[in-house]
Amino acid sequence: MSGIGWWGVPVAVLAGAIRVSTPFLFVSLGELVTEKSGRVNLGLEGTLVMGAMSGFAVAWLTGSPWLGVLAAALVGALLGVLHAAICSLPRVNPIAVGIAMMLFGTGLAFYLGKPFIEPKAPELPALDLGAWSTSPAIRSALKVNALFFIGVALAPALVWMLRNSGIGLVLRMVGDSEDAARAMGYSPRLVRLAATAFGGAMAGIGGSFLSLYYPGSWNEGLSSGQGITAVALVIFARWNPMGCLWASLLFGGAGALGPALQAIGVTGFYHLFNALPYMVTLLIMIISCSPDRTLAGAPGELSITR
Amino acid sequence: MTDPSRAPSLEAIGMEKRFGVLAALDNVSMRVEAGSVHALLGENGAGKSTLVKCIMGYYRPDSGAVVLDGHEITIRSPRDAHLHGIGMVYQHFTLVPSMTVLENLVLARAPGPGRIDWEAERARLDTFLRTMPFTVRLTTPVAALAAGERQKAEILKQLYLDARFLILDEPTSVLTPQEADEMLSMLRSMARSGRITVLIITHKFREVLAFADAVTVLRRGRLAGGGSVGALGVEAMARLMVGEDRIADAASRSLRGPGAELVTVEALEAVDDSGATALRGVSLAVRAGEIVGIAGVSGNGQSALVEVLAGQRRARAGAVRIHGTPYHATRREMLAHRLAVLPEEPLRNAAVATMSVAANMALRRFDQPPIAHGMFLRAGPMRAEAETLIARYRVKTPSADAAIGTLSGGNVQRAVLGRELGREADVLIAANPVFGLDFAAVADIHAQIIAARNRGTAVLLVSEDLDELLELADRILVMADGRVVYETDAATADRMLIGQHMAGHA
Repeated sequence: MSGIGWWGVPVAVLAGAIRVSTPFLFVSLGELVTEKSGRVNLGLEGTLVMGAMSGFAVAWLTGSPWLGVLAAALVGALLGVLHAAICSLPRVNPIAVGIAMMLFGTGLAFYLGKPFIEPKAPELPALDLGAWSTSPAIRSALKVNALFFIGVALAPALVWMLRNSGIGLVLRMVGDSEDAARAMGYSPRLVRLAATAFGGAMAGIGGSFLSLYYPGSWNEGLSSGQGITAVALVIFARWNPMGCLWASLLFGGAGALGPALQAIGVTGFYHLFNALPYMVTLLIMIISCSPDRTLAGAPGELSITR
Repeated sequence: MTDPSRAPSLEAIGMEKRFGVLAALDNVSMRVEAGSVHALLGENGAGKSTLVKCIMGYYRPDSGAVVLDGHEITIRSPRDAHLHGIGMVYQHFTLVPSMTVLENLVLARAPGPGRIDWEAERARLDTFLRTMPFTVRLTTPVAALAAGERQKAEILKQLYLDARFLILDEPTSVLTPQEADEMLSMLRSMARSGRITVLIITHKFREVLAFADAVTVLRRGRLAGGGSVGALGVEAMARLMVGEDRIADAASRSLRGPGAELVTVEALEAVDDSGATALRGVSLAVRAGEIVGIAGVSGNGQSALVEVLAGQRRARAGAVRIHGTPYHATRREMLAHRLAVLPEEPLRNAAVATMSVAANMALRRFDQPPIAHGMFLRAGPMRAEAETLIARYRVKTPSADAAIGTLSGGNVQRAVLGRELGREADVLIAANPVFGLDFAAVADIHAQIIAARNRGTAVLLVSEDLDELLELADRILVMADGRVVYETDAATADRMLIGQHMAGHA
């Protein structure tokens, strides 16, 4: 980074925003759909790790990274279906189920993933948007993975879907008023099953990004809580898909600040800078909260006690 | 199938439904003539909603049949009912609050999963609305509609779904008298023209007399009687509804004039949960030995006012004084001023459902002797006090140790009222104190409130039921849009004038 000096910091933050944000983006968009149906899936951390493991395994075995992504999505959807199925039993608390699923997913991934810790799987393709530059820092920063573009396109697509499609309206109705949905003959249970499966699939894809692109290998320390953080990002984003996009970018960028400063020689407060994303989140939460109001935009059926 | 362009007749024959040992419906039959307005009358728990839920397919009746236009039909789900042209407007609205009226109406038609052509949907709805006697703004979110508008939107939704047989569950409970009259006469004229048949669940005789052709009265799950409204008359209907149960005599109010001003509210402002302004400078005063009634359609700031006084919401501006000293709803002040609060939905707002009746009754005083002994609680005095209150306020509970959440609504209400009025109260704030209770419980609670007034308590009574206020209050204030817009002496009050102020036109 020495070549561009202090300019390395914004470049690294931009690179981080793009690279680190992708798993956040996928998991939070998936969770947003699940929460719009009136259910919280805290198990996405486990789903993310399972997605990372299975995506990596399939990519390594077949030689195709995209088959890996597909496998991760399928595994994620299955875990989502499992979560939804357990939640639709009587007197089951989705929060407890979510925590159990989180532990189950990570544990299962570690168990099944042992044989894949050493190998190197084919990497997901990336676009070289920085080819014009001679600076290696800018070139590596603007090497953008295809999944990032898909995630970025997905956010406005979800906004449109929630507003202008039959699926979107039914999803919002189930999440906002179960009584209304029942009175119109829709089954909240089925809609939530589908929404949780979708959320799981997205989290699986987010996981496959970790193991197939950045950092780009499978090991047990791969996820540092991205799954659970992304669930919180949905609340932070006020259940708005575009909000998820900005929140993921902000989180990714803030996370890259510490290493970037270290790279140019600012070594003091290294750990403090690493905690920056969390401090920024807390700060924004405090600023945007009010004791007099409930959260605007929250789906009416969403409750941690249900 | 019935002729889809005509109002159908409907007959329920020998309907029975048991829940465990309880017979909710015991051999009930009812005939609703085509193109008529039929009232289904009965107290809470008489089986009215069980009967219509059986007709709508929410419940499977244990036996009995539903005959539509002379043909027996089988209804397994609300969807089946819709297919037969039977629609219901529920007391708890079934529109999605965060969506616009347009989105709700489109959703009701079960759109395909794909893209929705808003232009075409709007055009179709505009055509439909032109054939209707009333309209609702399509682009408004339902949450922003007044209750009367919401009710209209619900009715429009059913008609848009081609409902020819319309069931309405207590449709006027959230409306001003004018709105109620307007809506009922509109439904009646639609029935007269042979477009729909209407079945209204209600307990208001006034509406039955003015708008219904025939009536069926249920009592304790059985058919108590029925017939044409003209032939029956109020006396007979009331007797059918209540049976031989003795009603507590109307409490007599002492004529002693009101005393000193105990509660003063000055220019109070507050916001609601969504951040919208709920109170815009409310000022009022309540004197000792007087009941001040607050009338208004729900959602015009009454709940926020009660919440501020009960300590559940912060005021943004303004002041409350009790006994002339500033009041901030702290526990210490409530104790010092002997303030009693009976909020609406007491199980949610004033009780802990899983705790025992005795513990709930001690919530106000558990930190005072004799229940408190240093930092310990003494079960003996707590229990003894609870048992006294249970007896005095006729709370029906298996024991003082039963969880309060297992009691019926009326008994929770009595238990909380007993707790609040158990020691002499200087100030009582009550919000919709008899909502959803049966005749006997209503008379009982009204008598307790009047008795408190006669003992010199200053009572602030918030109610959505104007009849209740006219019966109990000494003075009536009307709230609309977060303000007190009208004040009248209850004895000389004009209900139509009050209604106009409730609606905000006056």
